Amino acid sequence: MATTVARGVETTGVVASAPRARRRKSPYPLWFYLPAGVLFVVLFAIPTFASFYFSLTRWTLFKTEFIGLDNFVQFFSEPMLVSAFGHAFIYGFLTSAAKVVLGLLLGLLLTSSIVGRGYLRAVIFFPVLVSTIGVGVTFKIMMKPDTGLINTTLSWFGVSGPGWLTDPSLALYSVAAVDIWKGVGIATLIYIAGLVAIPQEYFEAARVDGASGWRNFWNITVPLVQPATNTVILLSLIGGLRSFDLIWAMTNGGPGFTSDVIASVIYKQYQAGFYGLSTAGNVVLFVVVTAIVVPISYLLTRREVNR
Amino acid sequence: MTWKLRWPVGIVAIAASAVVFLVPFAFILLTASKTGPDASDLSFSLPKQWVLIENIKEVLHTQDYVVLRAFINSITLTVGSVTVMVVLAAMVGYVLQRRRSRINTVVHFLVLAGLIVPPAVVPTIWVLQGLGIFKTMIGMILIEVTFGLSFCVLLFRAFVGTIPRELDEAAIVDGAGPLRLFFSVIVPLLRPVMITVIVVQAVAVFNDFTGPLYFLPGDAGVTVQLTLYNFQSQTLNQWNLLFADILLITIPPLVMYIFFNRQIVAGMTSGAVKG
Repeated sequence: MATTVARGVETTGVVASAPRARRRKSPYPLWFYLPAGVLFVVLFAIPTFASFYFSLTRWTLFKTEFIGLDNFVQFFSEPMLVSAFGHAFIYGFLTSAAKVVLGLLLGLLLTSSIVGRGYLRAVIFFPVLVSTIGVGVTFKIMMKPDTGLINTTLSWFGVSGPGWLTDPSLALYSVAAVDIWKGVGIATLIYIAGLVAIPQEYFEAARVDGASGWRNFWNITVPLVQPATNTVILLSLIGGLRSFDLIWAMTNGGPGFTSDVIASVIYKQYQAGFYGLSTAGNVVLFVVVTAIVVPISYLLTRREVNR
Repeated sequence: MTWKLRWPVGIVAIAASAVVFLVPFAFILLTASKTGPDASDLSFSLPKQWVLIENIKEVLHTQDYVVLRAFINSITLTVGSVTVMVVLAAMVGYVLQRRRSRINTVVHFLVLAGLIVPPAVVPTIWVLQGLGIFKTMIGMILIEVTFGLSFCVLLFRAFVGTIPRELDEAAIVDGAGPLRLFFSVIVPLLRPVMITVIVVQAVAVFNDFTGPLYFLPGDAGVTVQLTLYNFQSQTLNQWNLLFADILLITIPPLVMYIFFNRQIVAGMTSGAVKG
């Protein structure tokens, strides 16, 4: 220890510049921000700000032409683009709500003393780590109308399953279901951590007062697990509203445009070479995500503080 | 849950989890082990002949070893970006937690913005082109680092908060400078959260599809997720090969999970609940 300290003094030259250092050098230098900050500004902040300008242009590989709000007008007048807007909402809120409910229930189940707890935790969490494309392709095949595993199984019970991904009114919900399947593990994990952190004294006090299990759940568990709920809601909303890979792997936005979301429209317009329109889609996505997530986050954290 | 129900509820839960969560993975494994004609009906049955190894070999062979090259690309991308990400995010998370500075309000805001704001695709390509690193591995690594920073910073900040400040003060009294304090005193203590960040981000980068789709197009830099995506349209009805590819791509996260299960769970939850 003594030797390392001595070497530390020599190499950093603290002794030589001690008076000045004491006056203004913090042991936590701000330049630690620099490398990350440069990357963040160059590859994230600049493109984000630039997107506001480029969304107002007709943009090809070679030139940009300022056209005002035309891209946005087009975005909100073409039915396929407007519907993508609605689909992103449905997808985001549906997956988020399902993950809260299922995550909390599974969290309760997996913090109780049931048998096979370790196995259950492992098996529910594993899909989180698997490639989204892999999951998407697998479920796409399992959801085939005639030969897919899901409908074959249903037919044993005399149920003729629908065309999960080929029925226009169903495709978006089928993809959302797979999203929930894949993501519920992380919600459960967050809830388990939140539930374990609740002090047992509350439940003991409630038992003395003769509270039922149901009242315990609503009056102790739900309010005290609020931080975990907030995390789950925000994470799944942020992920769900801008979701792309799963939808792209399973339906490519189809049939027709019935499972298109904002992120898949951005990709389609990009592929077609309409860079301005694609960027306008990005700005719309930006506005949607911020306008939903920021107020919700504000409301939720305020409730948390007031508790 | 009362004590007397632990067996019945547990058994029901295990049975349900087997149907919901294990069957899809079993289906992948079984189909990947079948011969082409055997796999064509997509039934959930044991293969007539187990040819898993042959199928995997064939997947790796197709199109001039594209899957093999993709694996090399994906691993390069993952190792490169996670290494840089961990170092940069640890530095930010540490100063952000320790220092009382007005700049921190701005940094906090930016970290949250990085978490919430969806990246603007085409303008990012425009910047990458301006820098001459579009369609290069370096460019892709830097993109993954940038997009992953916010999450890592939050985890590091939360963890640094659990390290007593007295430790820093002792080191400073002993004459340690900022660099020495960070790299010799703090970093070794960050080991648990570092493993978490490495594992979580490695899985995220390895599984990333959208990033390489936009920022690393072209055959030279193709990653495993893109080959899988392309594979499904090219190998129509060769389900055994498609599933062998899926299986192959699932192995790295599975290995990570088997070895680092505890760290993933511990670190993810500490960050999520406190952060």
